[in-house]
Amino acid sequence: MGHHEHSLAIFRGRLKFKTIEQKIWGVFIFLSIITIVEVIFGIIKPQSLMVPFMSSFEGGFMATMANLFLSPFIFMKPLNLIFIVLTIVKAYYITWDFMHMRDETKALRRMVVWTAIFLICYLILILLVEGDYIFEVYKNNYVKFDF
Amino acid sequence: METTVATTASQGGVWGGGNQPLRASYGKMMMWFFIVSDALTFSGFLAAYGFSRFKFVDAWPIADEVFTHFPFLHGVPAPMFYVAFMTFILIFSSVTMVLAVDAGHKMKQSKVAMYMFLTIIGGAIFVGSQAWEWATFIKGEYGAVETKGGKILQFLDTEGNRVAIGSFAESMHSTATEHEPSNGIWFMSGNDQTSYNFEEVKAGFLANDNLLIRTQYLDENGHPTVLSREASIAKIKKDGKLVVEGANLKRNEYGHPLFADFFFFITGFHGFHVFSGVLINIIIFFNVVIGTYERRKSYEMVEKVGLYWHFVDLVWVFVFTFFYLV
Repeated sequence: MGHHEHSLAIFRGRLKFKTIEQKIWGVFIFLSIITIVEVIFGIIKPQSLMVPFMSSFEGGFMATMANLFLSPFIFMKPLNLIFIVLTIVKAYYITWDFMHMRDETKALRRMVVWTAIFLICYLILILLVEGDYIFEVYKNNYVKFDF
Repeated sequence: METTVATTASQGGVWGGGNQPLRASYGKMMMWFFIVSDALTFSGFLAAYGFSRFKFVDAWPIADEVFTHFPFLHGVPAPMFYVAFMTFILIFSSVTMVLAVDAGHKMKQSKVAMYMFLTIIGGAIFVGSQAWEWATFIKGEYGAVETKGGKILQFLDTEGNRVAIGSFAESMHSTATEHEPSNGIWFMSGNDQTSYNFEEVKAGFLANDNLLIRTQYLDENGHPTVLSREASIAKIKKDGKLVVEGANLKRNEYGHPLFADFFFFITGFHGFHVFSGVLINIIIFFNVVIGTYERRKSYEMVEKVGLYWHFVDLVWVFVFTFFYLV
């Protein structure tokens, strides 16, 4: 029956379960709460979360760097940022506890997770930057032949 | 499997073979690598959706104005509830799946079978829900007018409520009929017939003073722009071209054509995964019932299909966020 021991704790060991079944139900309740929060936010759409936290910095190299590093707070609606963070939290618990990634060796975990995350982040970065550029081209009616 | 790790030393060290540094069987590891590649396929779709949305960011439909239907609640707007329900179904079927895997570790055949069965039911409910969602989306509710430039114009009353074109269009007893292959050149097809043609909608719009036009362009608050009565009249006279009801791959009444295209491709590709997952689960379920894994003394197959099933759930979490919430 070769399978290794299951880790029964979540939230970095703060919440320990006695059996594997209990852990599964615990994670289910946690995921359900997140989904309910998402739906409530999605329906109410609080006005305070619909405008970015801060405006972009102007002028100079340091301002550009600040815009880059703080881009989630400058260019995104806080509500969308909350949705994306909650989604990643959900994805983490599905992978770690339902797919038992928590119990796999570190090497397998990194092979799967780091590869996927690196490639996906790269793809998203490239496509969203390009999409935004084309939007600007359309908006300003300035059509370069090679955009 | 651990036994192989324990014996490496006696087999001449690292280079002697028989090492299992990842402590996962071949099948499980390959399932993980398949999942990585499949995840990249889905991210390709979702990133392409993001690309097109960023390209038309000021004219993209707002999802919770599109998906407002719930079965048996006719006319009651219930944005998000149905997808939330679908999300719960899928997460719950993930729970029963992981319980089946756990029962498999403990070699409890009947429990594995029961949990597998519940997982299959959950998957079937999800696929059915998606079919309903598609049918509602394709059918449409209010209808709209497309301009010569391919933009969508929707109709509102002065209170800002959506108005269906059928409620104000003036019937002119149009004699236009759909082109059929029997009436001439067989490879040509006519435009799809809508229940009212553009002239009827235009006449009805001009006759009703309380109707306004909403364009697909968003104002600075993120709401679609509503034109004044004068601007609405000018717009429909100058730019109106044809009536759009529901959605297909070419045009849809909700807004940009790409919105419907990505809806069909992303939820369709995901639905296909759920469907094939249900089929694989059924095969494994019967293997459990006839005792294949009991004889094999290992329920690892349940674990492998479990990985696939959880992955389908994982993808839905992202589709839910990026298609319905953000």
